[in-house]
Amino acid sequence: MADRVVVDTTINDEETTVLCEPRQTLLETLRDTLGLTGTKEGCSNGNCGACNVLLDGVLVNSCLVLAPEVEGRTVTTIEGVASADGLHPLQQKFLEHAALQCGICTPGFIVSSLALLEENPDPSENEVRFWLAGNLCRCTGYDKIIRAVLDTADAPQAAD
Amino acid sequence: MTVKDKTKETASGQAYKVIGTRPLRPDGVDKVTGKAIYGADVQLPNTLHGAMLRSPHAHARIVSIDTSEAEVMPGVKAVVTAADLPDLDDIYADLGEGIVNLRYSSWKVLAHDKVLYHGHAIAAVAATSKTLAEEAVARIKVEYEVLPPVLDVLEAMKDDAVILHEGLRTRELGEKLEGRTNVASHIQHQRGDLEAGFAAADVIVEREFNTSTVHQGYIEPQSATGLYNDDDRITVWCSTQGAFGIRGQLSSMLQIPIARITVIPTEIGGGFGGKLDVYLEPVAVMLSQRAGNRPVKMTMNRTEVLQATGPTSGSYIRVKMGATRDGKLTAAEAFMAYDAGAFPGSPIGAGSSGIFAPYRLDNVRIDGYDVLGNKPKASAYRAPGSTNAAFASESVVDELAEKLGIDPLEFRLRNAVTEGDRRADGPIYDRIGFIETLTAAASHPHYEAPLDGKQRGRGVAAGFWGNWGGKSSVSASLNPDGSVNLVEGSPDIGGSRASIAMQLAEAMEIPYESVRPQVVDTDSVGFNDNTGGSRTTFGTGWAAIEVGRKLIAELKGRAAILLEADADNVGYGDGVFSSNGASIDLTEVADRIDETGSPVVASASVHPTGFGAAFAAHVVDVEVDPETGKVEILRYTAVQDAGKAIHPSYVEGQLHGGVAQGIGWALNEEYVYDDEGHLLNSSLLDYRMPTALDLPLIDTVLVEVPNPGHPYGVRGVGEVPIVPPAAAVANAIYRATGVRLQSLPMAPGKILDALWAADES
Amino acid sequence: MQSFAFEAPTTVAEAVELLAERRGEARVLGGGTDLISQLQEGRRTAELVVDVKRIPELTALNYHPDSGLQLGAAVPCYRMYGDPEVAAAYPGLIDSAELIGGKGIQGRASFGGNLCNASPAADSIPAMIVHHASCLIAGPGGQRTVPVEDFCTAPGQTVLEAGEFLVSIAVPAPPARFGANYLRFIPRNEMDIAVVGAGASVVLGSDGETIEQARVSLGAVAPTPLLVAEAGDSLVGKTVSDEAIDEAARLAQDAARPIDDMRGTIRQRKHLAAVLTRRTLTTAIARARGAKGPQHG
Repeated sequence: MADRVVVDTTINDEETTVLCEPRQTLLETLRDTLGLTGTKEGCSNGNCGACNVLLDGVLVNSCLVLAPEVEGRTVTTIEGVASADGLHPLQQKFLEHAALQCGICTPGFIVSSLALLEENPDPSENEVRFWLAGNLCRCTGYDKIIRAVLDTADAPQAAD
Repeated sequence: MTVKDKTKETASGQAYKVIGTRPLRPDGVDKVTGKAIYGADVQLPNTLHGAMLRSPHAHARIVSIDTSEAEVMPGVKAVVTAADLPDLDDIYADLGEGIVNLRYSSWKVLAHDKVLYHGHAIAAVAATSKTLAEEAVARIKVEYEVLPPVLDVLEAMKDDAVILHEGLRTRELGEKLEGRTNVASHIQHQRGDLEAGFAAADVIVEREFNTSTVHQGYIEPQSATGLYNDDDRITVWCSTQGAFGIRGQLSSMLQIPIARITVIPTEIGGGFGGKLDVYLEPVAVMLSQRAGNRPVKMTMNRTEVLQATGPTSGSYIRVKMGATRDGKLTAAEAFMAYDAGAFPGSPIGAGSSGIFAPYRLDNVRIDGYDVLGNKPKASAYRAPGSTNAAFASESVVDELAEKLGIDPLEFRLRNAVTEGDRRADGPIYDRIGFIETLTAAASHPHYEAPLDGKQRGRGVAAGFWGNWGGKSSVSASLNPDGSVNLVEGSPDIGGSRASIAMQLAEAMEIPYESVRPQVVDTDSVGFNDNTGGSRTTFGTGWAAIEVGRKLIAELKGRAAILLEADADNVGYGDGVFSSNGASIDLTEVADRIDETGSPVVASASVHPTGFGAAFAAHVVDVEVDPETGKVEILRYTAVQDAGKAIHPSYVEGQLHGGVAQGIGWALNEEYVYDDEGHLLNSSLLDYRMPTALDLPLIDTVLVEVPNPGHPYGVRGVGEVPIVPPAAAVANAIYRATGVRLQSLPMAPGKILDALWAADES
Repeated sequence: MQSFAFEAPTTVAEAVELLAERRGEARVLGGGTDLISQLQEGRRTAELVVDVKRIPELTALNYHPDSGLQLGAAVPCYRMYGDPEVAAAYPGLIDSAELIGGKGIQGRASFGGNLCNASPAADSIPAMIVHHASCLIAGPGGQRTVPVEDFCTAPGQTVLEAGEFLVSIAVPAPPARFGANYLRFIPRNEMDIAVVGAGASVVLGSDGETIEQARVSLGAVAPTPLLVAEAGDSLVGKTVSDEAIDEAARLAQDAARPIDDMRGTIRQRKHLAAVLTRRTLTTAIARARGAKGPQHG
């Protein structure tokens, strides 16, 4: 058995300690060790975006982060997007626009869109498409996803 | 996103209240918050993890397999090979989108005496961790006798071709032919006098087309957890388009009675036809049995998905069509060879039925061949076999129209099938909406819009898909607050919980929000065919209508008791029972049900056959960069007869998704093999599906010509949208460049080659 | 993935020591977007992974109009285009930073990592070459500097010796009337490996017409990214013209010695080398004349 390391990190605002093998990815740690299965695995090499999370607020593919790298850092996953007050506006708009069909890519799209609106609260259609090009969806042709993100940006409550 | 603003009326004239609205889907919140449980999210206590050994060769005889080193590794609990599977005779099963021979399926699940494609599963290990299982797999030693691979469909048909299965004989027109072959079957549809038909033509166009193998590309890899319990009961949790189909395959393949098998469908992350067949399920169960009845979880990675599941056939198609000067088709002929992969079962049946289905043809012959090659066995993919077929026929139709100087939509209108016309393979159309669809496309602003700029072109193409009915069962129970729990067995792959619940709500004249639909396991509801064939909203929706009618009929009797009236005199409308001026709300009846007798439940099963064909017409504008060969999709409009759109947003979504997949197939998606048959691009980097930056917003027009075969006029909408795009894009590229591409994908390098060839000639 | 140990040193000296101890069995982890996937797929092996992102020099991003850019080898792409000064001074580098992978990749991937991965098709390397960038390398024998164009030696191979690692990249301050650009050809619009990549830079005279300096670099047409000196040299002293650009493009095409593979053929790549050189030079010249950089947001 390989040597294990203790990693102290903050996940969705909760301080968390995990015992992990260095070769474990953040994605595996979230899903298999912590049971945070909202983050999905689609390809495990950074080409689909289904596993996207925020690391210190920055969008990353969690399949391409090693667990020990998150020592002392903060991670936000799809499970941390909604609050006690309810769904995040992005989540609400995805529902209203029927922006998901099978839903497997949805957590990744919502996390990526969250990072986009943080960076650029009023994106153009092309800017949304460019930002989300790393997230593959096979069901929707992206049409309703793009509309949902643009509509979230237009809605007043998105400013938070 | 135009929806035809039709008066919301039923066939009998009353206005719909729920159908045609756009409520939120019942499973939506779980799917936007990450709570929904998909295949790989299943985490049972005490689970072992499985891994698969896969072939590094495309074609080889297995001389020996030595699992001894793997078996003794600490933490390894079980190892299985094909020797652990029962030896099966030929058993044929209908998976809804094609018949499969389960003997071959068994050989696909674990290679029997030969490996037949790069990535073919050979052996599996269950261990205490996934990494340990993978390490153990690496210690299994297989000795191979490598054979030359068969990679091209026409090569495979030659008399001197390398043979995949020694025992295979061609089935031709019901007969079994003599001789070793890779041709599993030859089907033929014929009518009229072909020679006379072509003699009557003023213009004849004959062209050859090649299309590459492509994958469904669902984002969720296959995953299954199998438990062979101490009481010999089997439970499988998996991401599937049909739990009952998986149950049946498991029963046949493992020779275990259905009574001992429960399949629990998880949420499913896309399928498009690729999640009908078993791959991991029997292996996980066998491993579980040998590992002391602990659950075993197996999840594919993306490489395994691309190497060993899915794809749909590459093909060679030759089409010849003739027409008169005034634009009437006189004859059509097709030769179609579809690459089935390692085992029989390409979608040649649907492809050959559909290739000329949009057009009235008195003289027609279609020859279709199901041909083996050293690639993963083809499985269904959205309107199986039809995109490549339409690429061929709709390109030729476009060329005919051009040669005749007739507008391409007008040319199609002059030949469009309508009610009463007979398809080449036999069926006679009921009321269909192809003419209405073509007319809507021709009058759409897109079709009239100016398209300025060099290297830009507009293309159109039509599409047909026959749809399917299948069998559906649901049950429902009335709650004391008047709400209804609806239990169904159709995995929800794109919003069908909503569209089925809406039909129940409509039938009962209660609010959509009063219906709580659930997708349950194979023990908990009657039989349901797969979510496939564009049948779910049609067929399972119909079962929901039936169950709603039964509940209302029963409730009329209960209301009669409360109203102290004769049940025959109780009327119902809008949630209110009434008789002779007295009335009572459904919710009150529900609340007082104990005063009237036992709780109210109902179930319904349907097997409808009037599923009604779907037609589409697509218009696309492209721009081609003549220096790089790259195609940009500028604008796209998809017009389709939806029969009746239950939830228009999800119908539009089906159009969007089909168009996106069709564009991917048209432009960049393909399986790339080296000469030895190794798949070179088994990643989402190199298997190039469209990204958000590769597509425009996709305009949709829902034409509603009600299907007489459904109470609300529904016809399947999910598959036909993938049929026209490749041809529409090819026709647009021709308009932009003057070059007709006859090979998919129309990737930049291929377009450059075609432009250079045109320059040189 | 095979098992390995993990260390995250905080000084260059510590890192050198760790790498020197394990020699060939240690791998440097920057953004990890290449390394982790290579380890997963068994394309590279490691007994020790050394995360260098806790070493200040590796994550430093400093720009001064006089001294230019000091780019820590592990600075992720998003920090480059997220820094308004850097983005304004080096639009030709930002071209690359914005098209490496998706946004999730750009949150991790660095130019330094792109260099050390030494892919012939690396998107940042031609851009760095046309900016005259150089590499600061630390190792057991001290530090040394190597021009970017000399860093890669073969596919996946670099000048780094056992125990050495890349600390930072220095990019000179852009002179007046400097313009640069990088572009690539891919079948999709994002998320792809370059079939051919091309970068160019020019310095124009005060008339805005005379080309005083020029560099052209190509990717994916040779075992390593190429500096096509003759293409740049051909432009020096000339007035901007289609003929001059076409001549440089022809020279670039001649220098290209690509292979046939699943991403492109020799003929296609040779052709694209000329097309892209022409286009990238045109953009570089426009930028030297004051045109704005990429506008993706």
